[in-house]
Amino acid sequence: MATLDIKGLRKSFGATEVLRQIDLSLIDGEMLVIVGASGCGKSTLLRLVAGLEQPTTGRIVIGGRDVTALDPSERDIAMVFQNYALYPHMSVFDNMAYGLRIRGLSRGEIARKVDEAAAMLGLDELLARKPRQLSGGQRQRVAMGRAIVRDPKLFLFDEPLSNLDAKLRVQMRAEIRKLQRRLGVTSLYVTHDQVEAMTLGDRLLILHEGRPAQLATPMEVFECPADTYVAGFVGSPTMNFLPGRLVQDGTAVLLDAGPLVPLLGRRIGGAVTLGIRPEHLTPGAQGLTLTVDLIEPLGSETLVHGRIAGITAESLAVKFAGAVPPLETLTVDVQSGHAHIFDAASGKRINSIG
Amino acid sequence: MDRRTVFNGRLLPVVLLLPQLLLTLFFFYWPAAEAVWSSLTTQDAFGQDWVFVGLDNFQDLFDDPLYLDSAVRTVFFCLSVSVLAMCIALALAVFADRQIAGRGVYRTLLIWPYAIAPAMSAVLFLFVLNPRVGLLGRWLNRHGVAWDYTLNGSQAMLMVMSASAWKQVSYNFIFFLAGLQSIPRAVIEAARMDGAKGWRRFRTITFPLLSPTTFFLLVVNVVYAAFDTFGTIYALTQGGPGKDTETLVIKVFRDGVINQDIGSSSAQSVVLMLGVILITAIQFRFMGKRTLS
Repeated sequence: MATLDIKGLRKSFGATEVLRQIDLSLIDGEMLVIVGASGCGKSTLLRLVAGLEQPTTGRIVIGGRDVTALDPSERDIAMVFQNYALYPHMSVFDNMAYGLRIRGLSRGEIARKVDEAAAMLGLDELLARKPRQLSGGQRQRVAMGRAIVRDPKLFLFDEPLSNLDAKLRVQMRAEIRKLQRRLGVTSLYVTHDQVEAMTLGDRLLILHEGRPAQLATPMEVFECPADTYVAGFVGSPTMNFLPGRLVQDGTAVLLDAGPLVPLLGRRIGGAVTLGIRPEHLTPGAQGLTLTVDLIEPLGSETLVHGRIAGITAESLAVKFAGAVPPLETLTVDVQSGHAHIFDAASGKRINSIG
Repeated sequence: MDRRTVFNGRLLPVVLLLPQLLLTLFFFYWPAAEAVWSSLTTQDAFGQDWVFVGLDNFQDLFDDPLYLDSAVRTVFFCLSVSVLAMCIALALAVFADRQIAGRGVYRTLLIWPYAIAPAMSAVLFLFVLNPRVGLLGRWLNRHGVAWDYTLNGSQAMLMVMSASAWKQVSYNFIFFLAGLQSIPRAVIEAARMDGAKGWRRFRTITFPLLSPTTFFLLVVNVVYAAFDTFGTIYALTQGGPGKDTETLVIKVFRDGVINQDIGSSSAQSVVLMLGVILITAIQFRFMGKRTLS
């Protein structure tokens, strides 16, 4: 258990800059989820913390100790790999005991710790088996067990659930969260799955092309996305973006598609992008008129995909509670309170100034 | 992926297989059958007449202390050459597997000796170790080491072992390198995160995961050392001094070709053939089991 500080971290592979300036501070016991599209540098960041890669510049400090120059074996970090990376020639017991033996613990102590971790993860019955005799979910548990048994300063998770089927993934997600809370070990968790990110993290770090796009709690990220990239990344289906410009002294947006959307508060800017989530579009009289392309009933709610009449390029999604009868066209209003305004050029959020 | 090709009719597949079948027939089955037949006969000194003697040749062989000496010598030679060639190759492969500068050149250079004919490799060793013309041989003698493998049996054994092992290192190196590269990187990384370093990581993770490769190479190396080293040994020492480097294949050659005792020589070949069949059967069985599990 320890704090983690990352200062001015950069990493280049040859001429390719993978990470450009990462600064982070984790408090003891915090779980930070690093999320982003593939190739955004999230796995590289994790491997830098692990010591499996060397940073180009910057420092990594764990519990006050600068580990930047240390080998992974000296950092006292446990990592859960995407493909589990269990030792195929060792039993489950030996897989979990390996790190303890290296630390020179006594035989009795090793057995006690492994048994304890195995009981926690429901692996008691499987200790004598080899990894190839286990199911995917069981291997995942062994990988977790190998990490927790050592009582490390830091947990690193590298997309640990991506090889599991959907049902197991939901179950393991909850288990990882409970386990991490219970053990109180500072953790970094890398995923490309936004649901995992939202549910697991105390805070999220959204990486975009090697830069931190936003570092905040899941709800902050959802409610106040820092830019259009984050806004489009979090939430399903993704947020709708409508071009327009600020009018009436910054208190309303005149959409290029026609309607005038009044805003809460006043903003400064010119050309903007208005972001609105599908669930924040409500049927109305004088809003946007859509030509409906597709209706997707999801049971408790229904998704309607359509294009703004007259402008074929702009496609929009609308989410309704309950069922929707077949439609040809649909007119929706933007709920002013839920509109997000971003600068059209930079994509950055423009907050209201009272 | 199913890449089976279905032929219409019998003719084409048979024609395609024919060259290999003919080669095997003329260069293996025919001489092998001849050897089995000869091993059951005894011939007069001029090859004019023969008598069927049953298993007498084999009986004589196993009563002959010289044959048993040669057998023990061969086992010692095979194991030493295999262990030597495999250890050196493994060490080189571990280095080649690392991220080092000039890795491509290093690998290519290591593979070259494999392309050299056995007799040529023997000549290379002569240039280095011959007490009169060899660079190292002359240097040793000048510095008070009585190095002469034509007189000293142990030195001769050491020399044929080194020459034989040297030639096999390339082959082993290629397989070990491929074996090392097929170990998932994440498993090695997991071991690093678990705190395992250097020799310990190699001993507990890398080496056990290489065991299929190691076993395969052990069989191949033993067979190589037992049979394919004829050229190297014959060019270097002809089995001498005395019989100090006379392995079983050299003895087969000496008894059959030089001493013209066709019956005994054939019996020895048959014994060797049974040996190879046994080793191969064990290997197939073991490998087959592995793929099933």
